[in-house]
Amino acid sequence: MKIWSSLVAVLALVLIAWLGTGVAGLYTVFGVGIPYLAFLIFALGFIYRILKWGRSPVPFCIPTTCGQQKSLPWIKQNKIENPSGTAGVVGRMILEILFFRSLFRNLKTEKRGDKLGFGSAKWLWLGGLAFHWSMLIILLRHLRFFLDPVPSLLQGLDGLDSFLQIGLPILYITDIIIVAALLYLLARRLFVAQVRYISLASDYFPLFLLLGIATSGIIMRYFLRVDVVSVKELALGLVTLRPTVPADIGSIFFIHIFLVSSLFAYFPWSKLMHAGGIFLSPTRNMANNSRRVRHINPWNYPVDVHSYAEYEAEFKEKMKKAGVPVETE
Amino acid sequence: MIYGGKKIFAGLFIFVVLLISPFLANIGKADAQPNPSLNTPTIDALAAKQCVGSAQFMRTYHMQLLNEWRDQALRHGEYTYVNSQGQKFTISLENTCLKCHSNEQQFCNTCHTYVGVTPYCWECHQKGATQ
Ligand code: HEM
Repeated sequence: MKIWSSLVAVLALVLIAWLGTGVAGLYTVFGVGIPYLAFLIFALGFIYRILKWGRSPVPFCIPTTCGQQKSLPWIKQNKIENPSGTAGVVGRMILEILFFRSLFRNLKTEKRGDKLGFGSAKWLWLGGLAFHWSMLIILLRHLRFFLDPVPSLLQGLDGLDSFLQIGLPILYITDIIIVAALLYLLARRLFVAQVRYISLASDYFPLFLLLGIATSGIIMRYFLRVDVVSVKELALGLVTLRPTVPADIGSIFFIHIFLVSSLFAYFPWSKLMHAGGIFLSPTRNMANNSRRVRHINPWNYPVDVHSYAEYEAEFKEKMKKAGVPVETE
Repeated sequence: MIYGGKKIFAGLFIFVVLLISPFLANIGKADAQPNPSLNTPTIDALAAKQCVGSAQFMRTYHMQLLNEWRDQALRHGEYTYVNSQGQKFTISLENTCLKCHSNEQQFCNTCHTYVGVTPYCWECHQKGATQ
């Protein structure tokens, strides 16, 4: 049910874009209005979510550590797994963001006969990394539609990604990788019983949406081609705030950018916000220095304490009368 | 109350700048749409100015057509192309395409540069080899 409803939702988006442009001819709505709206929702929603997280206090110093803490000078500290200062935290964060280091530690627990076994499980790490890097490279390559002249660095990236020189337009390696990685991530949810059990519609929907985006892009580049010069006119029109919709772009393009717009608008309200959330994770972004620096809990409020000295001062006479020993005197 | 406000605002600033960088990069730039030139002596001398396919078809599919032509000529030894109108053309980049479009700079390159593609024709073909 969760699976089918997500799939149907994405197919419905495709249908809406196709009917909206191919049949109803609402090219300006789908080519200009909706992309602008999605961009605004993405930007403002993202900022809103970050500020909202910023308002949550961090009551304790809770970095997760898995290496030797900074200690006596002759004990070697693991600076990255157990950072004691900003430099270590930054290093750890960079490795986490670029290479998903904590996911690399992913373990699999299995019952073998009557013994419990733990083994390394790197496929999720590999699939996740393959997807995210392809996505990044594809987004960067897409900047060629939005920048004029196209920077030579981007052309270089394009050349690297297409260096196999297969077919024309030349096949991009990242196109193969992103689809393969997304299919792996989907298969994992469908066929690993435990993962399937905990998967929600909000896990399937982004996967189908991303698959839809990649597939429509691939169809547009290699099969149902559109005039890329007109696409660039449209894209440049958007970023120069002089939007135009060239007449001769096929519906496949509008399906592609309607799915992209849906992704952008959906992003801030979904689990995809982990892109911003990773920076605000206390278990990652704090230094393990609680023995040297006192972590003040922002929740702390002044507590009325009544120390024993104050107690005795108040009740001394009564205590003496009752024969209770007193300390002062 | 925003905790770690400085860092959060710095991060958000970077986020916003990255997000609007395509807008910033285009400020003050005139739209320079490519304007491929069809005026070569050979084309000017033609009675009917018609390529092997319609303009719309050529604009979107010329690269796939060229790829097909290459495979047909080099891998299958097939040198005749029949278009949707039933007209026959000799399969040859230099002697068919470039005979008319002899102005690479003002024709091919205008769009290729605009959308940032670098065709690798000249890795095999030699410039100026048209007969
Ligand atoms: C989340 C954002 C996006 C993703 C993940 C994405 C993905 C893809 C993929 C995988 C392809 C196949 C070819 C390639 O890898 O370049 C593609 C092609 C394409 N995309 Fe996107 N896309 C996105 C946003 C956009 C936007 C905003 C536009 C609007 C300008 C766009 C326009 C195109 C066009 C015109 C092609 C065909 C390129 C060609 O024929 O060379 N895409 N897209």
